[in-house]
Amino acid sequence: MLETSTVNGKIITGNVQLVHAAGMHARPAVKLTKLAKKFQAQIAIRVSDAGAIDWINAKSVAKVMAMRAARDSIIEIRAIGVDAEAAVAALVNLVATDFPETQQ
Amino acid sequence: MNKPEGIASSAYRGRTASIGFAHGPFVRVVAVADGGREIGTPEEEKAALRAALDSAARQIAMLANDAGGEAAQILEFQVALLEDEDFVDPIFAIILSGVSAERAWSSAVDEQLRIYGSAADEYLRARSSDLVDLRDRVIRTLHGAANEVLRIPSGAVVCADDLPPSQFLEMDWSNGGGLALLKGSPTSHVALLARARGIPMVVQLGSVPEQAQKALLDGESATLDLDPSSTQVSVFERRRALHQKSRAAARAILHRPTAAWRGEKMRLMINIQRAEDLEHADAKYADGIGLMRTEFLLSEQEGLPDEERQFVAYDSVLRWAGTRPVTIRTFDAGGDKPVVGFTESGETNPFLGVRGLRLCLARLDVFTVQLRALARAAVRGNLKVMFPMVTIPQELEAARNIFVEVVDRLAAEGIAAVLPQLGIMVEVPAAALTIEQFKASFFSIGSNDLAQYVTACDRTNGALDQLSDPLHPGVLELIRRTAEYGRRAGISVSLCGEMAGDPRCIPTLLACGVRELSVSPSALAQVKQAINELSPGGVRG
Repeated sequence: MLETSTVNGKIITGNVQLVHAAGMHARPAVKLTKLAKKFQAQIAIRVSDAGAIDWINAKSVAKVMAMRAARDSIIEIRAIGVDAEAAVAALVNLVATDFPETQQ
Repeated sequence: MNKPEGIASSAYRGRTASIGFAHGPFVRVVAVADGGREIGTPEEEKAALRAALDSAARQIAMLANDAGGEAAQILEFQVALLEDEDFVDPIFAIILSGVSAERAWSSAVDEQLRIYGSAADEYLRARSSDLVDLRDRVIRTLHGAANEVLRIPSGAVVCADDLPPSQFLEMDWSNGGGLALLKGSPTSHVALLARARGIPMVVQLGSVPEQAQKALLDGESATLDLDPSSTQVSVFERRRALHQKSRAAARAILHRPTAAWRGEKMRLMINIQRAEDLEHADAKYADGIGLMRTEFLLSEQEGLPDEERQFVAYDSVLRWAGTRPVTIRTFDAGGDKPVVGFTESGETNPFLGVRGLRLCLARLDVFTVQLRALARAAVRGNLKVMFPMVTIPQELEAARNIFVEVVDRLAAEGIAAVLPQLGIMVEVPAAALTIEQFKASFFSIGSNDLAQYVTACDRTNGALDQLSDPLHPGVLELIRRTAEYGRRAGISVSLCGEMAGDPRCIPTLLACGVRELSVSPSALAQVKQAINELSPGGVRG
């Protein structure tokens, strides 16, 4: 799901449900951060419905692991920068397709 | 050292992580010692840690390269952490404020460990050992011990609190040996590596003496004996020989005709997740496919699978099977298998929710596509289609009506299609108790879910291990009733849960009247042998 708003330049946001059986663990976290690092945009993520939880850097594997997102939780993604739109779309796709092995 | 004779006196008991036997020198591995390095200026400390991190990253990359596959993926997380600026930069900042490289590094990793350690699930807690691995590797490197590979005598029984995957990979297991962990978990990365290499491993041994000369590690009964008596050694060696012989014998009887029991022909089928599973060396010895799961089609990238992609998958399996029967189960999503865009979200209890056939009947858009692909594939071989999570006969009839319509429409379109035999999974207790009301061509007992629903135990909850026994008399009674009704009505009954592949459960299942089992390809040899041994005409009489 992609939404565009125009507060302070262009912030692109997206939501996606984490379907991975074991939640956001080592392998998915590595895949997610590796993909995020391919984009110039600043990308932040957080678990939805978890109270007032801070946004964390999607390019930090330590932060993504420590987020401890459980299976079925909704991950919110927010990006600012030139390739923000592509970044959010790619990350939403990665999570929605359960971190496929073939993702390059 | 004088030891009383007998096994129980000196055996330490844990949990099995990898089956097998090891008899060799006992080696206790202790965590890295602290200190032993002079602390420099903050700038020097920062440079020392930078160098240690780079060196550690290179060591891990080399290990990953040598190991490949699963092991490489496990190590990838450690490399990613070393490259994580959000993780590493604050450590350098702390060093510049006057803290030593070791302390700054260790406390940063320990903070991360604290977060994992407090997690509720065993999987995340098991990842802690990866972090300890990384922490200790960097500290060893700081201490200049980078090249000091742990020297383990060949065939040793290695004992440690827990063992990180990279240390396991650095050890030489070419002459066997075993792993005895005081803590650890059967779901850890190192357990996975041990199973892949065939190295016996026992975890959660609790406390074990630091010193001993010899050890016996029995991965089957999850026991460790230290400095065993000669009697213990000979009992152990007899068990080991028996284990090896039974494995070899099991492989040897694979190609023989299917086992019989009390003169009745048994049928041994295999469970597969996808067509690639048929590449297993033992798959060809099966009498057919007792369960082909189709959920893998739902986890592919391009969203819900179209008819053509499904047809290709089903068709390839039917062609492999030739004239042998192939039972394909329609989508069994929901419960512990959620699928985005398909399963209901926000159910308070998904195991008791809209899953299996319930979901398919609610989502005819998805279901009819699958039925079209199945009806087309049915022309190609001996196909049977099975519906999961059926509670009442009306559900089977509703599915049958939709299937008939699908076949009619295909015929109208001029596409070759046929209605296959239709059967149900018996996994809801209410269905098992009223089995005679279902107009099915066959029944397949899904013992995992049946046991889960009969005992009211979530099978993924380790705390309920004692209660969630598939051999509970309540579960067995439902299996027996179903088998007995099938025999009376001339309807075939098979069992496809995990207990079918467990040789310890086979005698009970046979006694319940089950004559068809469906197991994973890797369990086929053992099950065939277990039946042979029980049979008067079998290998061992």
